[in-house]
Amino acid sequence: MSEHAGTELAVEGLTIRFGGLTAVDGITFDVRSGEVLSLIGPNGAGKTTAFNAITGYIAPAAGEIRYRDTRLNGLEPHAIAALGVVRTFQKTSVFAGQSVQDNVAIGLHLRSRQRPLAVLLGLPSVAREERELAREAVEILRFVGLEPRAAQIAASLPYGELRLLEVAVALAARPSLLLLDEPVSGMNPVETASFMKLLAEIRALGITVLLVEHDMRMVMGVSDRIVCLNHGRIIASGTPGQIQRDAEVVRAYLGERYLHKA
Amino acid sequence: MKRGATIAWLLFLFSVPLWMTDLYVLHVLIVTGIFIIAAMSLNLLLGYTGQLSLGHVAFFGIGAYVSSLVSLGFEVHLLPTWLVTLEAKPVWFAMLCGIALAGLCGWVIGKISFKVRGAYFVIVSVSFAEVVRLVALNWVELTQGPMALNNIPALRLGLPGWFELSFLRKPANYYLVLVVAVLCYVLIRRLVHSRAGRAMVALRENEPLATSVGVDVTKFLVLATMVSAAMAGAAGALYAHYVRIVDPDVFLFIYTVTMVIMVISGGKGTLIGPVVGGLIFGLLPEVLRAFAIKPEVQWVVYGVLMILVVYFLPDGIVPAVRKWWQHRGETTAAGDSATEAAR
Amino acid sequence: MDQLLQHGVNALILGGTYALLGIGLTLIFGIMRVVNFTHGELYSFGAYMMFMWVMLAGVNFFLALILAVVLGIALGAAVEILLLRRLKGADIDTTMLVMIGAWIALQNAEQLTWSGVAKSIDNPFPSSPLVLGPVSVSWNRLFVFVVALALIAGAYALINRTKLGKAMRATFQDRETAALMGVEINFIHTATFALGSGLAAAAGALLGPVFVVYPTMGDLASLKAFAIVILGGLGSIPGATIGGFILAFMEELGAGYISSGFRDGMGFLLIILILVLKPTGLFAQKERIG
Repeated sequence: MSEHAGTELAVEGLTIRFGGLTAVDGITFDVRSGEVLSLIGPNGAGKTTAFNAITGYIAPAAGEIRYRDTRLNGLEPHAIAALGVVRTFQKTSVFAGQSVQDNVAIGLHLRSRQRPLAVLLGLPSVAREERELAREAVEILRFVGLEPRAAQIAASLPYGELRLLEVAVALAARPSLLLLDEPVSGMNPVETASFMKLLAEIRALGITVLLVEHDMRMVMGVSDRIVCLNHGRIIASGTPGQIQRDAEVVRAYLGERYLHKA
Repeated sequence: MKRGATIAWLLFLFSVPLWMTDLYVLHVLIVTGIFIIAAMSLNLLLGYTGQLSLGHVAFFGIGAYVSSLVSLGFEVHLLPTWLVTLEAKPVWFAMLCGIALAGLCGWVIGKISFKVRGAYFVIVSVSFAEVVRLVALNWVELTQGPMALNNIPALRLGLPGWFELSFLRKPANYYLVLVVAVLCYVLIRRLVHSRAGRAMVALRENEPLATSVGVDVTKFLVLATMVSAAMAGAAGALYAHYVRIVDPDVFLFIYTVTMVIMVISGGKGTLIGPVVGGLIFGLLPEVLRAFAIKPEVQWVVYGVLMILVVYFLPDGIVPAVRKWWQHRGETTAAGDSATEAAR
Repeated sequence: MDQLLQHGVNALILGGTYALLGIGLTLIFGIMRVVNFTHGELYSFGAYMMFMWVMLAGVNFFLALILAVVLGIALGAAVEILLLRRLKGADIDTTMLVMIGAWIALQNAEQLTWSGVAKSIDNPFPSSPLVLGPVSVSWNRLFVFVVALALIAGAYALINRTKLGKAMRATFQDRETAALMGVEINFIHTATFALGSGLAAAAGALLGPVFVVYPTMGDLASLKAFAIVILGGLGSIPGATIGGFILAFMEELGAGYISSGFRDGMGFLLIILILVLKPTGLFAQKERIG
């Protein structure tokens, strides 16, 4: 991989504190264009907290977050999304009372150019755009495999499909950097394998992916690089092969006893 | 099919003054129509955007007062040494002023509501309405306080020399209110079925998710409040130039409550809900009056009905009817296929 | 200066009852998160009970006071059991709407029963006021102040020193854990609501004989109670107490030096200002907005 193949996201010295607790302690890493980078680490290591800071939901105590030369610190979540950085949530998060297609339609918010005045006047351009958006929504549903569910209410979907819907909504926002927070947690092996295929297709679209995940098979299978956190600090980073052999990582996950097995 | 029903219904509504000779009934319909406009506006804020606004009557009253004052002209000392005078303006202009000022207040409240959510916003909105009421009551120089603004002119439209429409009599006012109501319905429908409408619903259903796909919370809260307030102001202006007397009682909390009942019972977050709720709770007092029931009993009935609707039809009447209709369609289909199989 | 002192004394006395209103609502709104629109109705209920027992039944004034508070507690418990129980887990606007319905029904029932004419209640105190230098205080009001302080102290003791109070606070902080520890959640909810309502009734019973009693007197009381709770911070009894006094002072000074017509408006302006500037109030307990 070339040295500066374009850095999508640069996180420098990111520190996040809650009251007296330091959840993330000066981490530095970057995500390169087109790659899949996974953040791993035991529960409480600070992964989702880092996500929240990168996407503007909490304010870091220190550190710089840059997306393609734009400083993300202090920006509101919707502004960060407008720049092309879109995230999913660890806990299942959809618009429960709306139909599956409407969920994606909401995700297409940034795509739409309707001005309130044109809407109120009922100009034909609005109707035209609505039709286009509907077509796009169906396209996105087809991409993730939820097209048959388009008219169903989101709350009625089984768990695995809900998680797919979350990805569909995020994709609708046309991300160039997609942050996925434990996308396959709770999925069975069949669903996980299917998701890994979907991830490959997302990559093929040119989207850079930053992934937080516990499922090691998936992480090792899809990642170009891995960063391992523990207690808010980076304890290892590298290719999947390097990480698997890293003593610190083994110790963090499995404890001291297993160190010799590594 | 649906469009046909709508057109038939509209034709029926437009025909009413042609055969309804009882002026009192027309009066009731006019006032109900005005309340329906206000209820539809509240539905945008309460139903679609999910903002617990209990101060809605403030926008209604501001529309009424501003429109009346501009059409009557006024003289007021903003400071002991600074006299501000306004000459009486044509009513259509005054109404636009009422709508604009109500919308402006909506903008302010929208900005505030971003910082203050949920139950706190309820209280801010109620307090706002009370403050406005107290101002109307006590700033006697401007508003005549409890003595009320009298002799408010009726709307006059026309081109001098060509024709002139004067909205003095009941049939004319009925048509005016009907046209405005239909217009408001159409505007809300367009807004709801657009990107802005989706953004509002997204804010109501799952705000963090909405912001993660780029929805600007402040912008859409303000938009919803502004449009809602302007529409309520329009209803207030219509009211002022119909009854032609306006006093601070127009700001009473009980009117907000009436609007809230109309929206909730009809079905918040549906387009037709406030219309249904408005018809029921607008005409209900008249029905009760026919039984010579005291107003206090009416209100007890209102209160109890409200509680019952919340318990048994939590989504409101319109969604409940829709569900029942759907269920009926499914069971009939199931019945048909069972009969088929039995053959 | 003398006027200022007089306003100050009036404010102190008014503040005591406002504090009762505020403490009652901070328990209900702060702890149970119920936007309790019936709070004002409990206030007027307390006043009407005084009227009924003292003027119609000829009962001893002090006994009637106790009766009014007890009946207020009972009414509060009834409202909670009949209306709120089945709304367990419902969202805040549903509960609020039910409370509004109950408020309308209660107020108009009161109007039907007593008619809209204002009523006054005789009190057994000497009619000439106590004069302390430049300040004069009627015995009636002095009594109100003393009782209010006693009730405030009592409420504070109940919440902070008794098992019941501890259970209430536990339920507030972590409902599930409290349930796991054996706290009877339903009973706590009823007890909290009843206690809050009882305090409102007490405020009404105390002030009824001082002013007059009329059916809509509860509306302003409700709104002022919300102002006090927000000022003091949700769920904070010291906050509600201090908030009550602050509101009373602002009202007295506003009425005395700005405009008496706007006396009642002070509360609302206060609410709006506080919510915009410091939404968590003076003594917030882990409160977050939104």
